[in-house]
Amino acid sequence: MSNLVEGRTGEWEVVIGLEVHAQVASNAKLFSGAPTAFGADPNANVSLVDAAMPGMLPVINQECVRQAIRTGLGLKAEINLVSVFDRKNYFYADLPQGYQISQYKQPIVGEGVLRLDMPDGTTREIGIERLHLEQDAGKSMHDQHPSKSYIDLNRTGVALMEIVSRPDMRSAAEAAAYVRKLRSILRYLGTCDGNMEEGSLRADVNVSVRRPGAEFGTRTETKNLNSLRFIQQAIDYEVARQIEIIEDGGEIDQETRLFDTSTGTTRAMRSKEDAHDYRYFPDPDLLPLVIPQAEVDELSAALPELPDQIRDRLTGEYGLSAYDAAVITEERETAAYYEAASAGRDRKLVANWMTVELFGALNKSGQTLADCKVTPAALGGLVGLIEDGTISGKIAKDVFAAMFESGKDAAAIVEEQGLKQVSDSGAIEVMIDEVLATNQDKVAEYRGGKDKLFGFFVGQVMKASKGQANPGMVNQLLRAKLDG
Amino acid sequence: MSDLLSLSAVAARAALESGEISAPELTAAYLGAVEETAPLNNYVAVTADRALEMAAASQARIKSGEAGLIEGIPVGVKDLFCTAGVVSTACSRILEGFTPTYESTVTANLWREGGVMLGKLNCDEFAMGSGNETSAFGPAINPWQGGDGVDLVPGGSSGGSAAAVAARAALLATGTDTGGSIRQPAAFCGIVGMKPTYGRCSRWGIVAFASSLDQAGPFSRTVADNALMMQAMAGHDPKDSTSADAPLPDLMAALDKGVKGMKIGVPAEYVMDGMDGEVVALWEQGQAWLRDAGAELVEISLPHTKYALPAYYIIAPAEASSNLARYDGVRYGLRVEADSLDEMYAGTRAAGFGEEVQRRILIGTYVLSAGYYDAYYLKAQKVRRLIKQDFDSAFEIVDAILTPATPTAAFPVGRKVDDPVTNYLNDVFTVPANLAGLPGMALPAGLNSDGLPLGLQILGRPFDEASLYSIGRVIEDAAAFSAVPQRRAGGAS
Repeated sequence: MSNLVEGRTGEWEVVIGLEVHAQVASNAKLFSGAPTAFGADPNANVSLVDAAMPGMLPVINQECVRQAIRTGLGLKAEINLVSVFDRKNYFYADLPQGYQISQYKQPIVGEGVLRLDMPDGTTREIGIERLHLEQDAGKSMHDQHPSKSYIDLNRTGVALMEIVSRPDMRSAAEAAAYVRKLRSILRYLGTCDGNMEEGSLRADVNVSVRRPGAEFGTRTETKNLNSLRFIQQAIDYEVARQIEIIEDGGEIDQETRLFDTSTGTTRAMRSKEDAHDYRYFPDPDLLPLVIPQAEVDELSAALPELPDQIRDRLTGEYGLSAYDAAVITEERETAAYYEAASAGRDRKLVANWMTVELFGALNKSGQTLADCKVTPAALGGLVGLIEDGTISGKIAKDVFAAMFESGKDAAAIVEEQGLKQVSDSGAIEVMIDEVLATNQDKVAEYRGGKDKLFGFFVGQVMKASKGQANPGMVNQLLRAKLDG
Repeated sequence: MSDLLSLSAVAARAALESGEISAPELTAAYLGAVEETAPLNNYVAVTADRALEMAAASQARIKSGEAGLIEGIPVGVKDLFCTAGVVSTACSRILEGFTPTYESTVTANLWREGGVMLGKLNCDEFAMGSGNETSAFGPAINPWQGGDGVDLVPGGSSGGSAAAVAARAALLATGTDTGGSIRQPAAFCGIVGMKPTYGRCSRWGIVAFASSLDQAGPFSRTVADNALMMQAMAGHDPKDSTSADAPLPDLMAALDKGVKGMKIGVPAEYVMDGMDGEVVALWEQGQAWLRDAGAELVEISLPHTKYALPAYYIIAPAEASSNLARYDGVRYGLRVEADSLDEMYAGTRAAGFGEEVQRRILIGTYVLSAGYYDAYYLKAQKVRRLIKQDFDSAFEIVDAILTPATPTAAFPVGRKVDDPVTNYLNDVFTVPANLAGLPGMALPAGLNSDGLPLGLQILGRPFDEASLYSIGRVIEDAAAFSAVPQRRAGGAS
């Protein structure tokens, strides 16, 4: 599949790199004991350290360090046994210290890789450049009072992992797939809840365009996108904007841009020239972070099975397509559901039923798997009824709809509604005879050479059986009667 | 009353235990002394009621046999320490009226050990200065007077602390030392000051100047008192990530160990051009005392000494420029209202910070800026490592190092200095210990021809404060420094 974009003057290749900010799942902030619970009253989760009172000092939360190591391991990345916290200095009202504690030159996690399974069956490997720990800032609210700004420091000092990709993505769809996959890994690991609406996962998107095979073009960075849709919209807008500028003979300014969620467009925030000079230097309040190899080994041994491992089992042992396997393993709960539902059943058939019918119904009703009334055993049971010929695939769809409504077992619904497939050749022959008798003209046409009418007769018989006749047998018996 | 004020802390502890004197009595005497010496402007806040309450509580603990290390001893606190419920301003307008809800670890340790808080002591604004002349409360005055009766600086930045102890307006006092801010004022005021090993005392609750250099330490009139206070204030603190989890030996036990068999280094590079002849003579005298007491004096080389001051005046302002960013008018302290956030910052910081603080913020911001970082900050850090290595090599040969504490005696208040660098030279002997994180003690060893105290400095291996107390005690005994400042409490009569 080509990701090239057609411009007025020829084809363009899109180059995308992402910086994802993932809030570390932890009870306390990165350098203070203050709680991190979402939705607290403004300034309820603020310690003396967070408010940068005179003489207050940061102390690293070791659980946040472990979460970063787990994430690094999940991204198959290098864990740096020595890393350094730096101060990124700038003034803002919601940044009490006047600097953000971050990791600049020596991050805790180095290079890793993330695999994407695209819908067309291709697989892409996206390089991870680094992961570092840093503090979140607070929140400024400018709409609460006509002349004053309000500051909420609840988020101040909350631990974030900034995960920086290589510029390896070539389309908005790949960027979205990257964020989905990253979120999936974080959730499996339990290192970030991945909740984009609450701001637990945000992305800065770096976009440039170039002629295929040429040097990288000048990039723009669009900040703080908090949904997959916005990420794709921002990229699409930027790509179109940049191509238009270049094709009109202009040049792209290296700048930071903001995304307007109401219009789906981006606008310049600040250019390279007025970029902040952050005056990074190692934070003298903190010693270098030294991690014993034994701790890394211990965390590595305790790592849960990750989506790629399950996916490989699903494609290798069960023969699922890479894409289906990726869809099923995106969430740990879904993968577990699948494993339970497909045990002892036709694995591919169950995968189909999950990705098409179950996910479709969930999507349509706005439910999640957790609210779903259809248990894994029940879905497995439904597929079992198809496998042993009790019901046809077509009837199974109606049964599934009833299961989704009521939560009842497939077998019970089939029983109650008398949907059992008719495989009795005598009964089917009676129905065939009736259909042929009432359509003698068509029988004549068919026998006169109009082969296409065979489908018509099948449809009539199925209709007469209310869909319950075994379609294979209908075919076989009908052909015998017409051609015999 | 003057008898009470002449007691050392160790002697006062004995008298309190024996019931010869009471804690409230001792505290009342010191509160009187504080009042008497008020013209010296050493205190910026006096906590008389709290002192009397604490003294009464101390007396009860002494009676019930639960006395702490410094039970009932009146202590003054440098205004850089945050003290719960007591205004703590770092002697800066930008923290005018700031009253913390929390107590610094060091002062909390002192109160836990029975110390009685007299009040907050004057210092240079944010501890930036060598003469206590940058304080928003005006200069603190040295109780020692030159022959011409001119007011002298007590040194800085812990000027009020040193002056108050010397003037008998505090029996003990806390200081902080970033480049010499305990040792230089101790030398100027003729008392004992110790900057412990970096990490020995918690920095939690102390207004930060330069985090990688700041250390709290004790001021006292005797070496033994200093060891006693050090024992009470030091210790590991999990709230300070740079606090060392190293055991603190019994420092009082080190006092009488002597120096027999010790090797004491004398660094060639500390002989500087234009150094006061009297300072050199005293230094040689100090060497002779130690030799006479059985130590071996060894000439050593600390080749990177001359780069210490330039490196210090890059690293300290760099860290300060970042540490002081929090004083922005948003959450506490001074705020100058304005129409925009940037104007509020500019107005607040222009009005709140004094000239020296602003100068250092500018220097620090400059040396950390893109394009200058490598040439200044990174280079200074390399120099810092070389200086540390100089000391590491020296300490393979010697057990401690003897140097002068300051190049001169105390200078007059308001001395006109066109070039701030001249002031920075005060720290030339003290700065290397901060860069290397080593313990250093300054103690009085004699008077110059103007009758002003001159001090010696002893530097030790990391976490070997004990040896400094052994050596200090030998010098103290040999020097038999008994001169007292003119403007001390109870001394005017």
